[in-house]
Formats: sequence, structure tokens, C-alpha cells
Amino acid sequence: MEKGAVIRRLLLVPPTLFGVAVVVFVLLRVVPGDPISMMIPPGASQADIDRLRALYGLDLSIFDQFIVWLKAAVLGDFGISISRRQEVLTLILNRLPATLELVLLATLVAILLGMGLAMVGAYFRRRAPEWLVDGWVAVTIAIPDFLWGLLFILVFGVLWPVLPISGRIDPGLGAQFGTGFYLIESLLTGRWPVVGDLLQHAVLPAIALALPLASIVTRVFKASLGEAELQDYAQIARARGYTRGRVLFREAMPNAAIATVNLAGVQLTFLIGGTVLVERIFSYEGIGNMAVDAMINRDLPLIQGLVLTFAVLFIALNLAIDLVTRWLDPRLQHA
Amino acid sequence: MDKLHFSRRSLLGLLGGAATVPLLGPVAGRSLIGEAFAADAGTLTIAYNVNLPTFDPTVGASAVNPTIQSLYQAIFDPYIAQNPDLSFKPGLLTKWGWNGDRTKIEMEVRDGATWHNGDPVTAEDVVWSLERAGNEKTGNPIQFVWSKAGNYKIDGNKITGDVLSFEPTFFKWMAFLTGYVLPKKYYESVGAEGFEKKPVGSGPYMVDEFQQDAFLRLKANPKYWGGKPAYDTVVFKFVPDATSRVAEVESGQSDITLEIPYEEFDRLKKKGFTGYATPISDIGMIFINDIDPMLDKNVRLAANYAIDKKAIVDKLLRGYGVPIDTLEAPGYAAYDPSIKIPYDPKLATELLAKSGYSPKKPVKFTIQTTRGFKPKDYEMIQAIVGMWRKVGIDATIEVYEIAKHYELRAADKLAPAAFYNWGNAIGDPSTSTGFAMFGPSPHSVWDGKDLIDMIGPLWGEPDEAKRIAGYKAVAKHIAEEGEVIPLLQYVQPIIARKGISLTPQANGMLLPQTVKPS
Repeated sequence: MEKGAVIRRLLLVPPTLFGVAVVVFVLLRVVPGDPISMMIPPGASQADIDRLRALYGLDLSIFDQFIVWLKAAVLGDFGISISRRQEVLTLILNRLPATLELVLLATLVAILLGMGLAMVGAYFRRRAPEWLVDGWVAVTIAIPDFLWGLLFILVFGVLWPVLPISGRIDPGLGAQFGTGFYLIESLLTGRWPVVGDLLQHAVLPAIALALPLASIVTRVFKASLGEAELQDYAQIARARGYTRGRVLFREAMPNAAIATVNLAGVQLTFLIGGTVLVERIFSYEGIGNMAVDAMINRDLPLIQGLVLTFAVLFIALNLAIDLVTRWLDPRLQHA
Repeated sequence: MDKLHFSRRSLLGLLGGAATVPLLGPVAGRSLIGEAFAADAGTLTIAYNVNLPTFDPTVGASAVNPTIQSLYQAIFDPYIAQNPDLSFKPGLLTKWGWNGDRTKIEMEVRDGATWHNGDPVTAEDVVWSLERAGNEKTGNPIQFVWSKAGNYKIDGNKITGDVLSFEPTFFKWMAFLTGYVLPKKYYESVGAEGFEKKPVGSGPYMVDEFQQDAFLRLKANPKYWGGKPAYDTVVFKFVPDATSRVAEVESGQSDITLEIPYEEFDRLKKKGFTGYATPISDIGMIFINDIDPMLDKNVRLAANYAIDKKAIVDKLLRGYGVPIDTLEAPGYAAYDPSIKIPYDPKLATELLAKSGYSPKKPVKFTIQTTRGFKPKDYEMIQAIVGMWRKVGIDATIEVYEIAKHYELRAADKLAPAAFYNWGNAIGDPSTSTGFAMFGPSPHSVWDGKDLIDMIGPLWGEPDEAKRIAGYKAVAKHIAEEGEVIPLLQYVQPIIARKGISLTPQANGMLLPQTVKPS
């Protein structure tokens, strides 16, 4: 992508975030569920309620509340969480690495599994392995990530208890970290027992998140491989005596991968959205799990911050996918 | 050395090569999952249903969340402790009470109690905690109670204070929400932020490690005035999903859990787990808003008499519930077993007929309910609507979220009937019947003058026996007039692995200090 195009995309980020902020801010305040009503104890008088409302700035009009919030947000202050009494930004920055690591792991699993199965299906076209791959795709695409999560808990947590089913790390491990990126930090510092423990905790939620995406990758990549195999350059390669496997994996695969990366990138945004339920089920300490608590507690500042964080992730991801796709496909660089 | 060259083609080739890795997955993965889960005999792991938002138990929204109090009571001592049956016992205060004319309060602080950092617990700590709680700037949600006493004076370990406005439940609150003593010297030296990072209490357990939304690891306080607890280490794993909590215990990854579906509770008991099912201070009820058809006493009473509460408990809750007839459950200070609202559909039909209603010409109104907030809440209301239909009440169910309930109730805009659960861990009638039925209270949607006149004088009644008798009379009046529909007292399911025992608490807390190897 040209520099100008990148700059144009980046310039669109602030108005997009502003739009998201306005919509979320207004929506949160017009839907039923007053956070103050939820925290008043028996015996509170109307004066007590008014005092609490003023304490959290909820006595102002929605417009005034938004202006107050926006002025502070521009300076990096997203307010104080009502339920946790900590800065929203700090809370999110503390939890975001957990979600990013989980998403990264899930993406890796989805790509490896998806492309691996696609190659098997493409190589054994119209034979039993392809039917098995197609059947697997049909099943995995139909079952949502959170159901996979529950199934994994039942199978690997209860029936055959070989993996931990909650949390991100063993509470008894006592490992200390300098950053929130536990897995990456442990890999870089060579703490292999910690890496093992983190992977054991992450593997079930990561696979639960990955399976629906993997099935899409399989389907698209297998179809693309089939199309590429029929192209002239692939036919010529076959005529020159190359094996089918070589044609498929060396000649057809690079072109087939471009479409897959593009589509997988779009689907990746759904994977990030899926962290909300999957993190909840596996009690994983990411922003998805925190989002559920924030909704239950009607923690307006925290919800606002979390939605903006998801918006930033989606925008960044889309931009990254565009850049990668254009890098992989030289034709798009001149489009 | 060749320079590392990273091209499009090499990347795509790498991707293709990597794609074959899953085929080796079953082999490679074995090394990751081979380790068995080893149970440490000195560690108690509890799969807990809510996260801990903050450590300060006296300020903010979490301070009034009853579910979190188990965690607070493991780390901090309340002024006054509670027995499993809701009665009170010495905590950090060994004596407490009013003087004869109720103008002063008197307290005596326990000798020999220490903070986790080794400092002694002093009368100054108690007074500072009370004054801080009563100061509206600190954000204590129960400030309106704590501010009713002040001008404290200390003499050794004895404290006296002036009653600024008589509040009969002042000492009862000392055992519950925000009723905790905090360390003055330590808190002032580290500030609110420092306290959150390294909380210090005087309770049976000390904070060892905390990862928000993940776990809280506690170490036994060897110098605890009540004796060192049985387990050296307690880990609270925060597992908000009920299905996952069941799996945690069933897989042996946690020793105890609570608040699981009754079906799962029964299933795990059959598998050899130990189950505790204890009635707690939490009731299910239907608010009646005195609007529309609910202004008709016949309709209200018919709505009460037409409900077979025992059948609901037996069939929907598998027997885990206690049918109730007033908002005062057994164990509460003003519980009166003589007040009965019988299941009498015939009488209900007759009452409705007096007002011109019948199954063919039913009275119509809306009933609101949560769905999944409490066990079988929606199903219970469905069953009740079915029972009502038979006698001539056609109720339409409207599902709402609990947050909407709070908002509508505070604004006095609930539907004519609205399901809710009401907790009352101190068992005082003012915190159940009082606030739920006193018109001016933001928690009440019954605005009738009858109850304002009856409950009003009881708020500041200094004679405890007279106050309790007054509330019993209120409960009787409410039952006779059908001004609310009490349904059942909830039973809390706790499941534990074999080899450990615990003492269930009627206030619904799961206290690790009561858990012992059996």
C-alpha cells in the first residue's frame, strides 16, 4: 500500500473512534439499567441516591456527561471504573495482553489447522480424505466457539481431566512478570515450565476460538488451491513433469494463500468478538471476561473504554490485513 | 554469512510448511498435557462465582455486594461477627451496646488482635474506621448509617460515642456490609492506592497474591486471635460461569464451589461429593405495586392464595427452598410462624368473583421477572401464571434484566407484579419488611398510607422488643391485605470434594476459615 493510502486510512481513525464513542455513550445511557440504582443499599434515601449520582457525574445531562468524558479522554483519561474504582485505561492495559496473546494463539491454530486440512483435502480430491475434511468443516463451522468451549471443558476437564479449564496460569506457580504478555515474555526469557503452564491454560480456549475460523480457512484455501491448480502455469508445470504435490504446494499455494489471508483477516475480527464468551467460560483474565462483568455491573466508564478498545483493535487489524494482502500480491500495489 | 532474506514467496512457503504441523499435533502435544493435577494437602481451592473488584471493603459498589463479603471476611474482621444462624458474636469488638437512654454507644475492643503487618489492633483503628465510614466524602454506601453516631472518646480499649440520630440497626450493620475495621496507621501511610496494592487486615487470612479476574491466593494468619485456620493456603479461583464451576470440582481442580444448578448439585452428591444445602437469608418474592388492579384487595389476596409454593419448591427447585408467608424468613428477628397464607385456589376464585372476575373474564395485568438471575426464576413465574389462570387472573410475563428492575423500582414504575429476590443478612425486619414496604423508601413500590403509618414510628423505636413486635404486626397486616407475595427462602448449594467439611452460613457466605479436613 502506498504511503499516501496508509496516511489516508490513519486519518480516518479519529473520526471513526469519535463516531463509535458517541454511539456507545448515548446507547449506554438510554438503555435501561442505572448503575446507581444497582448500588444503593437498603435504607438509602433519595438524598443518598442523589449524592451517589453526583459523585459519579451521572446527575449531568447526557450531552454534558459526554463533553466531560471527551475532554478527559483526549488527554488519555477514560475515567474511573464504577465497580473497580481504578482507572479505566490502567484496567484495560492490564488485561489487553491476555486477550491479544489468546487471539494470537487462536489465529495461529486456525491458520495451521485450516491450511493443513485444506492441503490434505486438495491433494486427495474426490477421495475419502477430502470427504472427511469437508465433513469436519461442515461440523466445525456450524458449532459456535463458546459451545466448543463447553464441550472441551466436559471432555478435557471432566471426562479426561488432562488440561486446566479455568484461568490463565496456575495460582500456585508464583511466577512474576514484568509485562502483561506472560507467554511472550516467558518464551523470550526461556522460562519453559511457565511457558508450558501458560500453554496448558490457553490451549482449550484458543482451540475453541480457532475452530470456526479454521473451518473457513480450510474451505476457502481448498477452493483456491483447486482453482489455482487449473490455471495455465500449473498445467504447464504438470506437462513439464512436476509431481502433483509439487505443483499444488509450490506453484498453486502462493496464489491461493492471498485470498485466504484476506478472508481470514476479516473473520479474525469475529474471533476477537468471540473472546467475550470464551474468556468468560474459561475464566480467562482478558478484556472479554472483563466486558461481561462491566455489563452486569452497568459500569459505564469501563464499558465505554472496552468498546473503544475493541474498535481500535478492529481498525488496526483491518489496516494490517490490507497491508499484508498488498505485500503478498504485487498486483494490488499498483491498483 | 548470507543476509537473511524474507520475501513474499518465502513467507508463503513457510506458511505452507507450517500448515503441515497440525498433522504432527497429536504427537507434539503430548508433552504439554502429560502432567497430572496434583492436589496440595495444605491448599484449599475454591471455585468462586464472582470476581473481587477492589480490596477496600468499605467503599464503592463492591462494598454492598453481598456475594463478595466471603472474600472480605477472610481478610478483614468485622466489628461484630455472626454465628452461622445469623446471631451475633464478638468480633474485633468484644462488647457493644447503648446506654440506658440510647444517647450513647459503648464498645470494647478486643485485646491481643493484630494486623497482618504485626501492628496491634487498637481502639484508634476502630474509631478511625467508624469516622471514615460516616464521612460522605469517602464514598461509603452505608454512610447514612455510620453517620448516626460520632464524637467518639477512647479510654484504653473502651470507646464511647454520641448517638446523633438513633438507628436501631447500628450494631447489626457492624456485622455486614461495610462493617469492617481497617488499619488507621497503615492505610494513612500507603493511601488508598497503596492499600489496594497491598491490603492489610486482621482476619484469619493474609493476601499472598492477587490477579484480578483470575485468582486470589491467601496465606493463613498464624497470629489470628481466633486461632490459625485449618488450611495454610486458600486459593479463590474466580469462575463466574456455573457450568465451569461444576467442572472445576468434578475434575478435582477445585475443592469446593457454590451457587450451581440444583440438578448438578444432586448429580455430584450421587457421585460421592459432599453437598451442603442450607436455607440462607435470601428470599424470592413478588412486589405488588399499588396501581391498576392491585388497588383491589380481592385481586391481591387471590393472587396470594392461588400460588402453591410447596409445589413450586418441590417440582421446580427439587425441594431446595422453604415456602414463606411473610418477608421475614425463619431465623430473622421478626419471624412469626403463626402468620400463614394458605394455598387455597377455591378461596382465590371466590375473592375474584366478588370483584367480578372469573377464568372466563379474568383480571389482566403484567408481571415482570428476571430470567436466569436466580435459580428457575422465569420458570417459577411461568408456573405461577399458570396457577393464576385457573382462578381468573390473566398475567402477561415481561422479562427484564435485574438492572432495569432496580431502575424501575427506584422510580416506583414497576409493573403491578414484579419478581425479585431480597437479601437480609443481618436478619433485621427494617432491612426486609421495612425498606421493601415503606412507601417513602426508594426500594418500595407500595405507597399505601397504612404501612407508612405502621412502619414510620418503628424506624427510631428505642425499645427493641416493641420494635420487633411492631414489625410482626406489620407482617400480619401485609398478609391480611395481600400487599406483597412472599414466595420462598432460597437454599444455597455448596458442593465439596470428599475429605473436607465446612460450616454453612445462613448469611450465604462461604468462609474458608470454617473449612477443615474431615
